[in-house]
Amino acid sequence: MAMTKKKLRLVKTDTPPFWVKPAIPVLALIGTFIITSGLILLSNANPFETYYYFLFAPLGSRVSTLEILVKATPLILTGVAVTFAFATGYYNIGAEGQLYAGAIAAAGLGVALHGVPAIIAIPVMILGGFIAGMAWALIPALLKIKLAVDEVVTTLLMNSIMAYIVSALLNGPWRDPASGWPQSPEISPTAMFFKIVPRSRLNFGFVIAIAAILILWIIMTRTSFGLKMRAVGLGKPAAKFAGISVNKTILIAALVSGGVAGVAGVAEVAGIQFHLIGELSPGYGYTGVIIATLGSLNAFGVGLAAIFFGLVDAGAQTVSRALGVPVYLGEITQATMLLVALGMLLLQRYKIRRM
Amino acid sequence: MNIVEMKNITKQFGDLTANDNVDFELRKGEIHALLGENGAGKTTLMRILYGLYQQTSGDILINGKKIVINSPKDAIANGIGMVTQHFALVPPMTVAENVILGYNDRFVIDRASIEKKVGEAAEQFGLDINPKSLVRHLSVGQRQRVEILKALFRNARVLILDEPTAVLIPQEVDVLFETLTRLCKEDLSVIFISHKLDEVTKITNRVTVLRDGKSFGTVNTADVTQNQLAAMMVGREAFGVKREVNTSSDDILLEIKNLSALDNQGLDCLKNINLTIHAGEILGIAGVGGNGQSELAETLCGVRPVSSGEIILDGVNLIGKNPAEFTKAGMGRVPEDRHEGVVGDLSVYENLALEYLDEYSNNGILDRKAIRKNAEDLIKQFQIKAKPNDMIRTLSGGNMQKVLLARVLSREPKVVIAPQPTRGLDVGATDYVREQLIKQSKRGAGVIMISEDLDEILSVSDRIAVIYEGEIVGILPAHEATPERLGLLMSGAVKEN
Amino acid sequence: MELFLVNLIAATLRVSTPILLAAIGETFTERAGILNLGIEGIMFFGAFVGFFVADASGSLWIGFLVAILSGVLSGILMGLLSVSLGVNQHVSGLGITLLLTGLSLYLFRLVYGGRSTPPSIEPFQQLTPFNDIPIIGPITQQYFLTYVTFLVIIPLAWWILYRTRFGLNIRAVGENPEALDAAGVSVYLIRYLTLGIGGGLMAAGGAFLSLASLGAFSHGIISGRGWVAIAIVIFGNWDPIRVMIGALIFGGTNALQLRLQAMGLQLPIPYETFLALPYIVTIIALVLAGRNASYPAALLKPYKRE
Repeated sequence: MAMTKKKLRLVKTDTPPFWVKPAIPVLALIGTFIITSGLILLSNANPFETYYYFLFAPLGSRVSTLEILVKATPLILTGVAVTFAFATGYYNIGAEGQLYAGAIAAAGLGVALHGVPAIIAIPVMILGGFIAGMAWALIPALLKIKLAVDEVVTTLLMNSIMAYIVSALLNGPWRDPASGWPQSPEISPTAMFFKIVPRSRLNFGFVIAIAAILILWIIMTRTSFGLKMRAVGLGKPAAKFAGISVNKTILIAALVSGGVAGVAGVAEVAGIQFHLIGELSPGYGYTGVIIATLGSLNAFGVGLAAIFFGLVDAGAQTVSRALGVPVYLGEITQATMLLVALGMLLLQRYKIRRM
Repeated sequence: MNIVEMKNITKQFGDLTANDNVDFELRKGEIHALLGENGAGKTTLMRILYGLYQQTSGDILINGKKIVINSPKDAIANGIGMVTQHFALVPPMTVAENVILGYNDRFVIDRASIEKKVGEAAEQFGLDINPKSLVRHLSVGQRQRVEILKALFRNARVLILDEPTAVLIPQEVDVLFETLTRLCKEDLSVIFISHKLDEVTKITNRVTVLRDGKSFGTVNTADVTQNQLAAMMVGREAFGVKREVNTSSDDILLEIKNLSALDNQGLDCLKNINLTIHAGEILGIAGVGGNGQSELAETLCGVRPVSSGEIILDGVNLIGKNPAEFTKAGMGRVPEDRHEGVVGDLSVYENLALEYLDEYSNNGILDRKAIRKNAEDLIKQFQIKAKPNDMIRTLSGGNMQKVLLARVLSREPKVVIAPQPTRGLDVGATDYVREQLIKQSKRGAGVIMISEDLDEILSVSDRIAVIYEGEIVGILPAHEATPERLGLLMSGAVKEN
Repeated sequence: MELFLVNLIAATLRVSTPILLAAIGETFTERAGILNLGIEGIMFFGAFVGFFVADASGSLWIGFLVAILSGVLSGILMGLLSVSLGVNQHVSGLGITLLLTGLSLYLFRLVYGGRSTPPSIEPFQQLTPFNDIPIIGPITQQYFLTYVTFLVIIPLAWWILYRTRFGLNIRAVGENPEALDAAGVSVYLIRYLTLGIGGGLMAAGGAFLSLASLGAFSHGIISGRGWVAIAIVIFGNWDPIRVMIGALIFGGTNALQLRLQAMGLQLPIPYETFLALPYIVTIIALVLAGRNASYPAALLKPYKRE
C-alpha cells in the first residue's frame, strides 16, 4: 500500500521556518502578477511593461514618489481605524461611512472657521472629524453590545445611508451656488492643511497618518487597554473570565476606530479637495479592511501595506495614462493580492515534511 | 474469527507519535476494551479505524480482507460505527433526521416514513427513543442512544464507543451495559474505550492496553485482576493522590445562601442552593454533567448573574460585583474550560497577568518588566514547562492548567473554585493538580472542587455535596460516602436534605 | 388612491425580485455555515456579465445564463478561500466583492470605454397575462423572472432545505459539520455545492437588474443591495418564506419612495431621505429580529478534521 512509501506532506507547525514570513509578500506579488497578466493582455498591453509602469515608474520622480504618500495617507488612516476594531474582534466594515462623517464635519467646520487662525482651526477640524466618525460608529456599536445585532451588516448598511446623506447635502444646502456643481463651498484657507513638501500635494495629513500608526503601536503593545483589546479579540470568554469588561472594551475600540476613520475624511477634505465631494473616497474604507488584514493587524505592517497600496493606486493611474489600461487594474491588483496572500498566510502554519 | 485486525499501525502528528506500531484484534461478538490513560492513543487508533484519521503506516483488515479506510464513509460501508465523546449530532434536528443523516438513499425525504423507519429500528434494537423528538431536548443518555441507533441503523457490525460512561450516572451505565450485552449476543462486536478499570472488568471479554501510544498486549478479562490491569496501564501499581488529613476548621469562609440562576436559554438552572465552606476544607460537588455544575461555577466566579440569593465571602456579599471584584475579594477562580480560560494567541506572560492588569500598569501603561518577572517566578514555582514568550496554545493541557492555577493560587485566595480541574489531563498532571488543591486547604483556604469523576470526589474531598437538576440533593461527610449512595443521589432517585 | 396602491404592489414585487434572489442565495450559503460577503460583488459581476453577454450574443437569455454561471464560479472561489483554505469569512468575502467590482469595471471600460453615450440594450418585456382585468391586471404585469422567483424559486428553496436529503445535509453542515463528517458525507462537497448555488442566485439577482429593470449597466447598479440581502437573511431567520417577507418589506419601502418621487411632490425633506429609508427600515428590522435570531451554530467556522 502507498501508506508505507515516503511522501511529501503538509504538516501543521507552530514554528514556521524563518524565511516564510518575509517570503509571503514576495510570493503574493508574483502570484498576483501571474493572475492579473491575463487581464492586462486583454487590453493589448504587455504585462511586464505594465508592471514596470505600475510599480517602478511612480518611483521615478520626486513628485510622483511623494504622490504615493499622498495616496497612502487615507489608506493608512482607514487601515489603522479598521485595525483598532478588528484587533478587538469587532468587525467594523463601516470605515467608509465614518470617513464621510468626518469629511462632512471638516467641510462644515472648515467653512465656519473662516478667519480663525490655522493653529486653532486645524485642531478643531481634526477633533470635529474624530467626533463625527465616532458618532457614526456609535449606533452599530451600541446595537452590537446592547442588542447583539451583527455589526458587519449594520456597518455596511450605515455606509449606504451615509452615501445618501452626502448626496442630500451636496444636492441641497451645500450645493456650490456659483458653479451649481454638487460640491460644498471651499473651506477657509486657514483650515487647509499646510504642505510638508513644497510644490507637491503631500500635506499635514500624512503627518497625522504617521502619528496614527505610532499611537496604534503604543496602545497595542504598551498599554493595559491594548492588552485588553487583544485579549477580547482573541478570546472573549477568557477575557471576560479574567475580569475584563468585554462590552466596554468593544465599545471604546469601535468608537476609536470610527474616529480615526473620520480623521481620514478630514485629511482628504482639508489636505486635498478643500470641498466635500461625492467621490471623495473611492472605497478607502473597504481598502482599509484589506490593509489591516495584509498588515496582520500590526501597526507597522499596516503602514507598509498602506504605502504599498498607495504605490499601486498611483501606478494604476500611470498605467492608465501611458498604456490605456483601465485604471481599475489598481483595485483588481489590491483585491487579488489580498486573496493570494490570505491563501499563503495559511502556508505559514504548515511545513513540508517527508514521512 | 477476527472481524477487525489492525496491524503495525503508526500515526504521527508532526513530531508527535500518537500510535507506535500498534496491533489490535477484535473477535466477532465480543466486547473488547481498549484501556489506557488519557493521551495513550486509544482514541487516535479508533479514529483511524473509523476513517477520521489516516494511519502513517500499517494495515487494516476486515473479515481477513485488507481494506483502505479514507473516510467515515468507507468505515460505514465496511460495517463500522463509532460513538464519539462529543456526540456528532445536530441539536435542532429530530432524532429521525439525525439517524438518516448521510444514509438516506432517496433524494426526497418523507418525514412520516423516516420517522416510522427509525422508530421500528429503535424498537428492534431495544433502544427507547422517540424519533420525533428534537435532539436539543434530549438528555445526554438519550443522545447516546441516538448515536448507537445511528450506527446500528447503518448495519454496523462493529461498534466503537469512546468513553461512553463518562457522561452517565451509574444507573444509566447499567442500562447501556445491558443493551451492549444483548446486542453482542446477536453478533455485534463492540470496542469499548475506557480508563475505568471496574467497568472494563465488569463488561468486557478481552482487554487491550495502550500506554504512550504502544500496545501492552491483549488479555482475557477473566484472567487478570484490576491491580494487574492498572499496572499495565500506568506502569506502576498504586496511583492517585489521597486526602490524608482533614484540615477543616469551624470558621466559615464562604456562605452561599438561596442561590438561584438562569441558564443561557433563560431557564432555571440553579435552584435555592445553600452551601457553606469552612477554612481548610475541600468541598466536593458531585453530579452528572449538565446538572448545573457549570452554571454554579460561573456564578461563583462572577461571570453569570444570579436571579436571587447571596454569595458571602468572609463577610462580604459579592452579589452584583464583576469578575474583577470577585478576584479582589479573595475568590480564586479556576475556569472550567481551560481553552476558554486562556487566550491561546497571547503569550504565557500576558495570560498570567490578564487578571491583574490594574496592578501591572501605571496610568494605563503596562509595566512589562514586572509582568515578565512575575511570569518567570510563576513558571519556576509551578513547574510550568514553557517560556514566558510561548503562545499559550502551544502548551499541553497539563501546562495550560498549571498556568491557570499559577495565576490564581499565587495570590493565595481565601476560597478556590475548581470546576472539573483534572478533566482531560494525564495521570501525572492530574496528581499535580490534586496535590495543589490539597496544599491550598492546608494553607487554610476553602476549596470547592466540582467534578464528574466520582473517584476524584471520593479521594480528595472532606465533604461531598451532590447536585441534581440545579439543586443540592445531599451533603455528606466523605467518610460516609460510597459510590452507590452517591449514585442514587446523582440520579435524583433520593434526596437527603 | 386605489391606483396608487395597485402600482405600489406591482412595483414592490418588481423591486423585491433581485434582492430576493440574492437573499435566497445567501440563505443557502449561511445555512451551510458560510457568510458570503462576496454577495455585493457577485451581484455586480452578474449584472455586468449578463449585460455584456446579452449585448454580444444578442440574446437576453444567454446573457442571463452566463451571468448565473459567473456567479457559480464566484461561489466556488469563495469556497476555495473559506472552505478549503479556512480563511476568515469576513475578509475573504469582502476581498471577493472588491475583486469582482474592480473586474467588472475594468472589463466594462475595456469593452465600452470609447463610447460617449452609455450603452444599453432592449430589456426583458413584462408579461401581461390578465391585461384587461382591473387591479389584477396591473399587479400581474411582471417580468417572467419575477414569476419564476416567487412561484418557483421560493417554494423550491423551501422544499430543498426541509424535504430533501441535500437540504438535510446543508442544515447539518451549518449546525455541526462533525455530525455530517461522521455520517460519511463530505463537508467540503456540501459547502461547495451550496456556495455554487448561492453564487448563481446572487448573480441572477444582479443580472435581473441589468437585463430586466434597466437594460443597462452602471456603477451604482447594485449600490448596497447585497448588504441589504444579508440583513434580510438574518431578519428572515434563515427561512426562505420569512426571507421573502423581509425582501417584500424592503421592496415595499423602496417602491414607496420611487412612487413618491415619481409623483413629484414638493416635500420639505430631501428625496435622499426616501432613498435611505429602505436601509434604515432594514436596520430596524434587524434590531427587531435581534436576540431571537438563531444563527446557524457553525456559521463563520471553517471545518478541519484535526
